[in-house]
Amino acid sequence: METRHFTLDDLRRILLEGAGADDAVDLDGEILDLGFDELGYESLALLETSSRIEREYGVSLDDEELTDGATPRRLIDAVNDRLSAPADSV
Amino acid sequence: MTGKTVVTGLGVASPNGLGTADFWDNTRSGKSGIGLVTRFDPTNYPARLAGEVPGFTAEDHLPGRLLPQTDRMTRLALAAADWALEDAGVRPAEIPAFDMGVVTASSSGGFEFGQGELQALWSQGSQYVSAYQSFAWFYAVNSGQISIRNGMKGPSSVVVSDQAGGLDAVAQARRQIRRGTPLVVSGAIDASICPWGWVAQLAGGRLSTSECVDRAYLPFDAAAAGHVPGEGGAIVVLESEESAVVRGAHVYGEIAGYGATFDPRPDSGREPGLRRAVELALADAGVEPGEVDVVFADAAAVPELDRAEAAALRAVFGPRGVAVTAPKTMTGRLYSGAGPLDLAAALLSMDAGVIPPTVNVEPVPGYDLDLVVEQRSTPVHCALVLARGEGGFNSALLVRSV
Repeated sequence: METRHFTLDDLRRILLEGAGADDAVDLDGEILDLGFDELGYESLALLETSSRIEREYGVSLDDEELTDGATPRRLIDAVNDRLSAPADSV
Repeated sequence: MTGKTVVTGLGVASPNGLGTADFWDNTRSGKSGIGLVTRFDPTNYPARLAGEVPGFTAEDHLPGRLLPQTDRMTRLALAAADWALEDAGVRPAEIPAFDMGVVTASSSGGFEFGQGELQALWSQGSQYVSAYQSFAWFYAVNSGQISIRNGMKGPSSVVVSDQAGGLDAVAQARRQIRRGTPLVVSGAIDASICPWGWVAQLAGGRLSTSECVDRAYLPFDAAAAGHVPGEGGAIVVLESEESAVVRGAHVYGEIAGYGATFDPRPDSGREPGLRRAVELALADAGVEPGEVDVVFADAAAVPELDRAEAAALRAVFGPRGVAVTAPKTMTGRLYSGAGPLDLAAALLSMDAGVIPPTVNVEPVPGYDLDLVVEQRSTPVHCALVLARGEGGFNSALLVRSV
């Protein structure tokens, strides 16, 4: 079975759809290791992002993966870990 | 502290003009903003006219982060707050955060946003409801978003008392200024011209079902048969007189008096509370009825309510004892936005020496009102603004030139 992969472009699209973008931030720039707070997203924006990832990719993220200095890279890795895990452990 | 509270900034979003200049040009010359509903297809509804704010593109006024989390009423309120602060010459970043508060009113919250999320809920499921629904629908959201956008951390709140709320919010802002907050952003914007908001208003039984734009909303007229609903309102900057003087700000006028009452039980046979609200506002300001130059009427356009308002005005001012106007005949009733928009019009009347007209209305002779049906040039130093909210709210706000 083909494994879906969650990319930075997917995250950018979901962030824009659910929470928009801070006018002072270039989402197309080097954002992988910036904190979501530095990108202008508060906890509710991340909740909305997580909800959209869940309904689109069928993976559920833990609160800790969305807080505690979360970055796009950590979020993308967490989603891909879930996507590549055996179905019964997701 | 009981020093004066003055108005130093206006931000207007009205069906007959976006921005203070357009609003006032059209209002003084009697140009209406009422038309067929365009925000949804009204064909299958018994009421089809509304006052819609023209030409507002949220993307032109607000940052991208705010668009997914705001109802139309909040977008209009944020833009109007920006204009009011600019008009007042206030740069919020230069003022201590706790010296600025926000007190707005709301009659029904963010209906259009809420409708979209409810539709997502029942058609797709709970995971499709935006996290921002948690506050985007909420009554206090305009106060909150204005506070966050402008870094205002002083006393802030929302007042919910239907159409009276806009005046009640300004009065609450004055209280906070008297308690020591130098500047409070106040006023109100409502906007619920969407199917869900529409059926809620229809259920209230006070909407006009006329399809003729100049015959649909006729307060104080023998043909009065309900009102046209509208959207918009005004956001105002209120300051202590001391703060305004220190800044060298232009002062539109003083919030000189306020009174609020609640109607007695409907079948009690007792007099409605509007007269007492007017008398309380006059007493609060220390103003005699003869000193009032114009009354901006609530103008319900429900015969029983028009009769009651005319009776209250006759009781306080005498038959034809004061000029009365209802520029809301050009906008429809704006719920909590109505009082602040009338407040803006009253202050602009003072600046211009012109009372804006009540359009399309031929007043019932027996009401004995000096209804201003054509623009009237006359000095205006003192104006009374009235608003009644469904459920028994009566509010009266007196403004005076300084």
